[in-house]
Amino acid sequence: MRAATAARGATAQLAPPGARAGVVFGALILLFAGLAARALYLQWVNNEFLQGQGQARYSRDIEVPAHRGRILDRHGEALAISTPVKSLWAFPDRLEISPRELRELARVLETNPAALERRIAAAEDFVYIAKLVPPEVAERALALRIKGLHEETTYGRYYPAGEVAAHIIGFTGTRDAGQEGIELAQQAWLGGHAGSRRVIINRRGDVVEDVASIRAPQAGRDLALSIDSRLQHLAFRELKAAVEAHRAKAGGLVVLDVGTGEILALANYPTFNPNRRDGRLAPERMRNRALTDVFEPGSTMKPFTVAAALEAGSVRPDTMIATAGGSLTLSGRTIRDAHASGNLTVEQVVQKSSNVGTAKIALGLPAERMWRTLSDAGFGAAPRTGYPGEVSGRLRAAQSWKPIEQATISYGHGISANLVQLARAYTIFATDGELKPATLFKATGAVAGRPVIKPETARTLRRMLELAAQPGGTAPKAQVGGYRVAGKTGTAHKLEGRAYANKYVSSFVGFAPVSNPRIVVAVMIDEPSAGQYYGGAVAAPVFSNVTGGALRLLGVPSDAPSDSAILPADAVEIGEET
Amino acid sequence: MTRVNLVLLAVLVACALSLVTSRHQARKLTTELTRAQALARAYEEDFGRLTLEQSTWATPARVDKLAREQKMQSPPSPRVVVVELPEAQR
Repeated sequence: MRAATAARGATAQLAPPGARAGVVFGALILLFAGLAARALYLQWVNNEFLQGQGQARYSRDIEVPAHRGRILDRHGEALAISTPVKSLWAFPDRLEISPRELRELARVLETNPAALERRIAAAEDFVYIAKLVPPEVAERALALRIKGLHEETTYGRYYPAGEVAAHIIGFTGTRDAGQEGIELAQQAWLGGHAGSRRVIINRRGDVVEDVASIRAPQAGRDLALSIDSRLQHLAFRELKAAVEAHRAKAGGLVVLDVGTGEILALANYPTFNPNRRDGRLAPERMRNRALTDVFEPGSTMKPFTVAAALEAGSVRPDTMIATAGGSLTLSGRTIRDAHASGNLTVEQVVQKSSNVGTAKIALGLPAERMWRTLSDAGFGAAPRTGYPGEVSGRLRAAQSWKPIEQATISYGHGISANLVQLARAYTIFATDGELKPATLFKATGAVAGRPVIKPETARTLRRMLELAAQPGGTAPKAQVGGYRVAGKTGTAHKLEGRAYANKYVSSFVGFAPVSNPRIVVAVMIDEPSAGQYYGGAVAAPVFSNVTGGALRLLGVPSDAPSDSAILPADAVEIGEET
Repeated sequence: MTRVNLVLLAVLVACALSLVTSRHQARKLTTELTRAQALARAYEEDFGRLTLEQSTWATPARVDKLAREQKMQSPPSPRVVVVELPEAQR
């Protein structure tokens, strides 16, 4: 009783009953207000953390792959193509593989087990068991269920034409980026950019909602080259045969379309296989000699000298040039003809490839005038075909020419050019005096050229060059059955250091059919060393085979009887040494 | 008044339900779209692989080699080539 009274007294002392409820109520309100404030704070003020955590659980950024564009030839045949491939990899210390499984794996990957074992043992913390294998192979390898063996998907680049067109197309390096040739030059056009999009996934990992596209994928674009695969193969086959038969160091061959200046074929030998590169390729094999190397063209320059003289009016085709004796001495140096003959007309100078005759014709011209014609024909300037690293060759300014230099330049020494430049320069004779722009990309119609010489001069030179490629000229072996051909040989001594060595560059540049030229073909064989070295014996037969085959493949109507090629067995070959 | 409210409530419930269904539909369609896109990519890759295979089988070098080996064909001699001139050049 007493205690109860005391308790009642105590409460009564603390607060009246109504006030007590009020306190409790107030405390609760305060707590709720605190909660609400915290909720507001998390919702509006400091919301990054929770939102980030939430998104990490259901939102994903996925990469949308974009593949590299294809490189096609002029008819749409693939020359370079990207396709997904797999690589198998493992951490060696986590790879559990029994000897039996190792044998099985080696069988699937078509290698030998010992090599595979060495490869795994040699690696420190990561090893590619197999790089860039077809998806089926990777699937079979994974089907062996070897613990610790993983796969990764990448794009592999393949070149169906292989070594035949390797120099033009080049290849890609790591991360699918162009490293050589057109692959490098056209990286921006060909390269794809992977896109990315943000999605919401469900518990099973399926995409249930597309939230946003962060970056649209941009697939690489296809690129059509001017190359014709069939002509390219023909050119490569013939060039390879010739380089091997003459035990030459190297060779190059260019086929140009006269109407558009497109490069229909560009072959180099030696070559490499772009599909099998293991980083130990000799650089000589990878050089695109026809575009990145210069050589002294030798006699193939003579028609340009004669054209300059005809344009200047200093000679006519039937003007006699005093070439008798076969030598000409200028400031202590003597120019010789390989085979001395009597006096020759200008026409015969080209036909028989007389150095003395050409030099005399050149000396009757102002240096400036000759330089202008050579420069207009594209010498001394890069041909700008769209290939990286092409060279411009050397054509010194006319003011610095001494008479002896003007004489040697007239027959192609003391001047240098690459094979494409030379082939392109011949378009002025194949057309009515227009220089066509050489290009590696497919043109969409006829391309206008730049006039360099008068149409009459071009016609005159066509006749002279046709004579040179007939019995009595330097290159009867250039003839093609069924077609009239015209062209000029070159047999240039090679410069070694500062002196001319007894090594040669044999060349032939010509076009066909003469009645309405369609193609220019230029052949260059570097250091033939199987006995013969005259351009007429080494390069002209290659020209004949390639031109004959190319005209047939292009369906060009013939302009001569099919037995037009006259090659009497006892024909005396006319030699030349420039 | 109550009637109007009831009708509005019914409409609200219907709307809510249709929202749920359309959300569900949207998700199903997205899944389907993703799957179709993956399939399209797979076909594209197949196309690339087949083009590669085709052009590898059809390289002029290989055709040339086979034709020679099997002695089926050889480049025609100029004597047997027949050229049809276009009308204008006859």
